[in-house]
Amino acid sequence: MQIKSKFIRFCIDVLVLTALFILVQYFITTGLLDQYYQINLASMCINIILAVSLNLINGFTGQLSLGHAGFMAVGAYASVVMTQMLGQPFIVGLIVACLAAALGGFIIGVPTLRLRGDYLAIATLALGEIIRVTLQNIDYVNGPAGILGITKMTTWPWLFGATVFTVLVVVNLINSSYGRAIISVREDEVASELMGINTTKYKVMAFVIGAMLAGLAGAMYAHFFYIIKPDTFNFMKSFDILVMVVLGGLGSTTGAIIAALFITALTAVLQSFPAIRMILYALILIIVMIYRPQGLMGNKELSRQIFGRIWGGRK
Amino acid sequence: MSLIMEINNLDKSFGGLSAVLNFNFCLEQNELIGLIGPNGAGKTTVFNLITGVYKPDQGSIVFNGQNIVGLAPHTICARGIARTFQNIRLFNDLSVLDNVKIASHKNVPYGFLSAILRTPGFFKGEDIIEKDALKYLKIFKLDDKKDELAKNLPYGEQRRLEIARAMATKPTMLILDEPAAGMNPQETKELMKLIAQIRRDFKLSILLIEHDMSLVMGVCERIYVLDYGQIIAEGRPEEIRSNKQVIEAYLGEELE
Repeated sequence: MQIKSKFIRFCIDVLVLTALFILVQYFITTGLLDQYYQINLASMCINIILAVSLNLINGFTGQLSLGHAGFMAVGAYASVVMTQMLGQPFIVGLIVACLAAALGGFIIGVPTLRLRGDYLAIATLALGEIIRVTLQNIDYVNGPAGILGITKMTTWPWLFGATVFTVLVVVNLINSSYGRAIISVREDEVASELMGINTTKYKVMAFVIGAMLAGLAGAMYAHFFYIIKPDTFNFMKSFDILVMVVLGGLGSTTGAIIAALFITALTAVLQSFPAIRMILYALILIIVMIYRPQGLMGNKELSRQIFGRIWGGRK
Repeated sequence: MSLIMEINNLDKSFGGLSAVLNFNFCLEQNELIGLIGPNGAGKTTVFNLITGVYKPDQGSIVFNGQNIVGLAPHTICARGIARTFQNIRLFNDLSVLDNVKIASHKNVPYGFLSAILRTPGFFKGEDIIEKDALKYLKIFKLDDKKDELAKNLPYGEQRRLEIARAMATKPTMLILDEPAAGMNPQETKELMKLIAQIRRDFKLSILLIEHDMSLVMGVCERIYVLDYGQIIAEGRPEEIRSNKQVIEAYLGEELE
């Protein structure tokens, strides 16, 4: 009985996602979604991947990382080197991007995750900058000028697949014993350690998975926007992602998704008012933080039960 | 009867202050021992040394025939030592059930990839974890509150949940740091019964710190008295009660 209802819910999920995919694909092929909307669509998907993956580190594990753009850069450059310079197919580029960013996450995570709170934030901020400056000084990837004219390979199916993959990995991880171990680190690291959980291992694990997914987002970005240069992945980019996570609510995957959609849409709408854009952007953040300091969703998830209540349907 | 834990010449100092000095102690299988002493005597430091939170400056802690000094706390827990905390340290924003589930993570019955891919093994494993956690909640009469957030429980129930969580790590030795602190006499009495029951049912060896003398004298078979980091007395409850040094440590010296 229970397994049957689980299976039905699974089927509904698959149906809804397939419908969404086909609908958007249909709009794109018929030209209803023009270039402008397609750019925003890509930004939304990439931002969802970034926000959801950073939320795994900041929200669920409780480790304040400010270097997410650095991992995005690693993924972007690794994939571009694969596809443009070595002539590999896109999928190889994506896999290499994930592996390279994960490796970067591991190398940075092992020494820095001994630090806590502010100290960790500063260390990750610095290491993110180190990645950027290193890229500026590698002639193979054109240094500060970056790489131009990347073949556009990121199409809607790839974006959709990567986004679903990211959300699935994070949600399935969090709702398992491994995820509970990760959350217990956030709740009380000492108690967690004394309950037999190897807290260092789980902090590094969350950090590596988060970095890997950021690398995936970087690869998507590079093959959509034709151009990557080190400055794209500076501290401000990390900060943008952090804003989405905090706005959505630390420790809420649905919150991160909603905030990523909201902020991308807001940026797009305000594009035509460059003068007041940053002011409005800041103002909205301040208002949300005053009236809802825990973020839009807090640490709750938007679930089927809540939808059920809103639509007054059966429980 | 065989020894489960033996501590020899344990020293620990913080800066110039020696918190624990030349501490010797032994615990037999299925024994229940009390560690008492005035505030600041070093009782909790001893617990932190045993569980690996602090590293001792000197001395050995032998558990089941192996020296556990220098091991990480999670490894010591895996060897079979579980504890509760003087200041309750639950996972506040998680449900009562999740608090207990986390403690069973070290025996997680499915792999990481199985969790990501949601294989049948994952669902089976989650069922095992849930049943196991509910078993412990039932013993501590918390099963009807399994979905409450830990922080919303009343104080006495938070204390019980801490013990339930420690038990879910399946220890052979349980360390309780003031389990009855803040409880009323009725709750303390029920707790004493519970401690005796889990000790019998799970063949546990228990070491507890407590200020409530009725609890200590009532359940402990032997008592160690600690003052300024040193053991000043050891023996059966009735011996401790009449020990001159112990009375002095607690009440001060008699005036001439």
